[in-house]
Amino acid sequence: MSPLEIVILLPILAALAVWLGAPARATSVGTAVLNLLIVLGLVWQFKSASAGKAGFAYESARVVLDNPAIAFAVGADGVSLILALLTALVTFAAVWQISPEKPGIYHIASQLIAGGAFGAFLCTDVFFLYAFHELALIPTLLMIANYGHGDDEHRKAAAWKTTVYLGAGSLVLLAGLAWVVLEFSGGEKLTFDLTALKAQAAATPLPAAQQATMAFVLLLGFGTLVSLFPLHSWAAPAYASAPTPVAMLHSGVLKKFGLYGLLRIALPLLPQGFQAEWVQQALLYMLLGNILIMGFVTIHQKRLDDVLANSSVMHMGYIFLGLAAGTEIALRGAVLLMFAHGISIALLFALAGRLRSQLGTLELSKLGGLASHAPVFTVIFAFGAFASIGLPGLANFAGEVMVFIGCFTTFGVTSFGPLQWTVAIALWGVVMSAVYMLRAYRSIFQGAATTGLFMKDPALSQRVPLILLAAVLLIAGCCPWLLLGLMKTDLATVAEAASTAVQGAAKAAAGTAH
Amino acid sequence: MSVFTIEAFLAILGLVLLMLEAFAPDISRRTIAAVSIAGAALALVLFLTVVSSDTASLPGFLRPWMALDSLAMFYKGLALVITLIVLWLTHECAPYVSKYTVDGRVTELFSIPLIVCSGMMWMAAAQDLVTVFVALELVTVSFYVLVAFARKSSLALEAGVKYLILGALSTGVLIFGIAWTYGATGSLSYEGISKALALSSTAKAPALLGAAFLLAGLCFKVAAAPFQSWVPDVYQGAPIPVTTFLSVGSKAAGFVVLTRVVDAFLVEGSIIGSEVKALLLILGALTVLLGSLPAMFQQSVKRLLGYSSISHAGYLVLALACHDSIRSELSSGGIVAFYLGTYLPMTVLAFLVLAILRVNGGGEDIRDFRGLGKRSPLLALAMTIALASLAGLPLTAGFMGKLFVFISLADQAYWGALVCAAIGAAAGFYYYFRAIVAIHSSDSGLASQPLTVNTASKAGAIVLSVAIIVLGVYPKPLQKILVKDAPVAVKAH
Repeated sequence: MSPLEIVILLPILAALAVWLGAPARATSVGTAVLNLLIVLGLVWQFKSASAGKAGFAYESARVVLDNPAIAFAVGADGVSLILALLTALVTFAAVWQISPEKPGIYHIASQLIAGGAFGAFLCTDVFFLYAFHELALIPTLLMIANYGHGDDEHRKAAAWKTTVYLGAGSLVLLAGLAWVVLEFSGGEKLTFDLTALKAQAAATPLPAAQQATMAFVLLLGFGTLVSLFPLHSWAAPAYASAPTPVAMLHSGVLKKFGLYGLLRIALPLLPQGFQAEWVQQALLYMLLGNILIMGFVTIHQKRLDDVLANSSVMHMGYIFLGLAAGTEIALRGAVLLMFAHGISIALLFALAGRLRSQLGTLELSKLGGLASHAPVFTVIFAFGAFASIGLPGLANFAGEVMVFIGCFTTFGVTSFGPLQWTVAIALWGVVMSAVYMLRAYRSIFQGAATTGLFMKDPALSQRVPLILLAAVLLIAGCCPWLLLGLMKTDLATVAEAASTAVQGAAKAAAGTAH
Repeated sequence: MSVFTIEAFLAILGLVLLMLEAFAPDISRRTIAAVSIAGAALALVLFLTVVSSDTASLPGFLRPWMALDSLAMFYKGLALVITLIVLWLTHECAPYVSKYTVDGRVTELFSIPLIVCSGMMWMAAAQDLVTVFVALELVTVSFYVLVAFARKSSLALEAGVKYLILGALSTGVLIFGIAWTYGATGSLSYEGISKALALSSTAKAPALLGAAFLLAGLCFKVAAAPFQSWVPDVYQGAPIPVTTFLSVGSKAAGFVVLTRVVDAFLVEGSIIGSEVKALLLILGALTVLLGSLPAMFQQSVKRLLGYSSISHAGYLVLALACHDSIRSELSSGGIVAFYLGTYLPMTVLAFLVLAILRVNGGGEDIRDFRGLGKRSPLLALAMTIALASLAGLPLTAGFMGKLFVFISLADQAYWGALVCAAIGAAAGFYYYFRAIVAIHSSDSGLASQPLTVNTASKAGAIVLSVAIIVLGVYPKPLQKILVKDAPVAVKAH
């Protein structure tokens, strides 16, 4: 039995145990700690486990169906291991900070989301990869609908909007994945095995025009799940009204599934499609929508949860930019940014949840002067806020810089094209992040506590998850090679396929021009 | 041992119990229930021994009209399993059903299902339209009684009348179709029909007319368009065990006939092949839409399950339309059988939870499910799994069945039907999810006291939930049973 299977199944079993009456907090936190330790062990062992072989480490496959070939197959490369680490860290923080008086369903939902996320990141079979994401989605939606913040009507509306968007997105995604399976299975029987599909895709590439359509369908499906502009409007109200652990887990972890899927399926299988001019252009426009339009929207928010929720939508733009660039350094940066964004937004949502439960409001105009009452809280918030702006020394910076630089490595081969222009515009997004984050920071922590809202630092035991996430931001920011070292050659092949596709297209264009 | 012995035993046992009801009314309900359940269980055990030792045989006089292929054996097993479950469910529901029956008697609910079961088992093996018709009528006429059994309830009477009138009409349509088919092909056996249809000398128009009427008549039995409108009312009015029996047993029995009829019509080189395919695609797509779209507006869970049953029938008709999918190990009949095999646990589980709520004095509306998560976590989990599976969520049995259907449609490039099926699936997510949200709602709604659930019901709910999950993550064994059905022609490729 592969250790990865244990990592996936543990949270699901924990959820089942809590459901059937096991002590909620002890079971859930215990599982989260155990899983975090296992994942850390796997990261530690990864170098030796993956030494001397291409593809995945810790592999195992259990055939569940011969035709179409479906197997519960797991395996980890650097990218999926980094995301599994993210999942383990955020899950630990999320279940730890659930206060004891909350019903057990909070723990059940959190563990199910965690199990689904682990499964989605670690399965190497398209069927299970998709299925586990759905498994995580359902508790998310149920928790927003039934235990969310805000008045009944508002919450229900947010929950239904999310359900409709994510349901439709999943369906488009399913159609796209089915198309991939039908096209790339080759031979007689269908297969859902990603490695086999990839081999077939490389051996007999489809015509570029068809690849482009397929890539676009996948982009729409996965994009909806990641709140790609203009399919983003579910995200902000959902995160604002979601219970804290769900907001942490979905925005921090589960949302990365869409990006991971593009990186894992769309880019390597459909390199020419993803690099097709119209797909690229559409993606660049959409991600600029994320960065610029959502940036402006975020600046105008008046409540902390709305600021965080919208900023989370906005920051997806940078990761999409990394995927659009398709060079190795940009892709590695995008993965690092996924990790960094996941940690920082989870930290910020945890802090916002604490503010809400202590003060009863997140209206920026009603808050103020908390720094003098709660210095530790303030410092931890600063870590999250500054990381999210992209301050050097914290994790997000390294990722963003790599994405931006990665967009220019093809410069010289091609002229200063749409991609480079996009970077030039997208850089202004960093300024916008600074504006809204610093303003939120100032209005919460500085000045005088005029309205009499007052809170103390969290108790020592409550600080554990917060300090852990802040420390991870610092470590990953100062030593990004710790994570980057895990992605050895995984992305090089993806980037190579992309660049051959670009050069092929350029040659073809030159050929027709002559 | 002859399978026919088991079927005859069931029918005779049913008749004897029915006689006892008439001539010895003092025998208690418990005794009759015990005899009936024990009889069905014995039949199932005998059947399984016969199947596992591969010694199933038919008496010589039946051989021209019946055949024991693996499809027949699968459906016979399915009929026995669902009958046993329904008898047990009747026993569980007896306290509330008896409130609505004449003199509070429910004993006939234990004898008639046995007769239905033997009818369904005959139907599974029938190779001849007359045999099919006799078996089909045995089942349908018995259901006329069962549906209207709770006579003190006006809903049940309404259901009975609707079922009777539409049933009689569809029987007429069916027999009309059989007559035309006989006229056109000169044969009543599937083999003879398919042989005649492969000849270019056979007259096309009468054959087509016969096929159309035959299919339409069978659509009543499987709850597919154009004869689907009885379903919600009948499901709502009939006692829960009977509804369960209708939605799984009757549907399965209808589909085994439909599978064989369609196989005969779509034989290689059939003169009416493309028309029948088109007809099936249109009917299937229509059924999916007519089931899924109204379901979105239902308040009663029983009606909801009725509409959902229609849409499931639609997917199955679509699967039959993709007659011989190239890349699938399963024939279209195998896919239908697989789907029905997965459909059994999820439907039964949903009705079981509904029945437990009814026994506890609850209603049948979605709002009655509010706060179920607090009243009984186990039942809430079970109902969530059942509804998720009906919606076709991955990792549950329901997804696997839908996956096979969708793959066949895509393989044959029936894009229009595929789009309709996808719309139906999307609508399904919406209406099942409404019920799931209600189950896990934080406010308890009307009743907040814990439910009393007896051990047998708990065990049943657990077994069925586990079955759904296991079939969803490890469908290989069930698929393997049905692969044997793959026609030789496909294997030769």
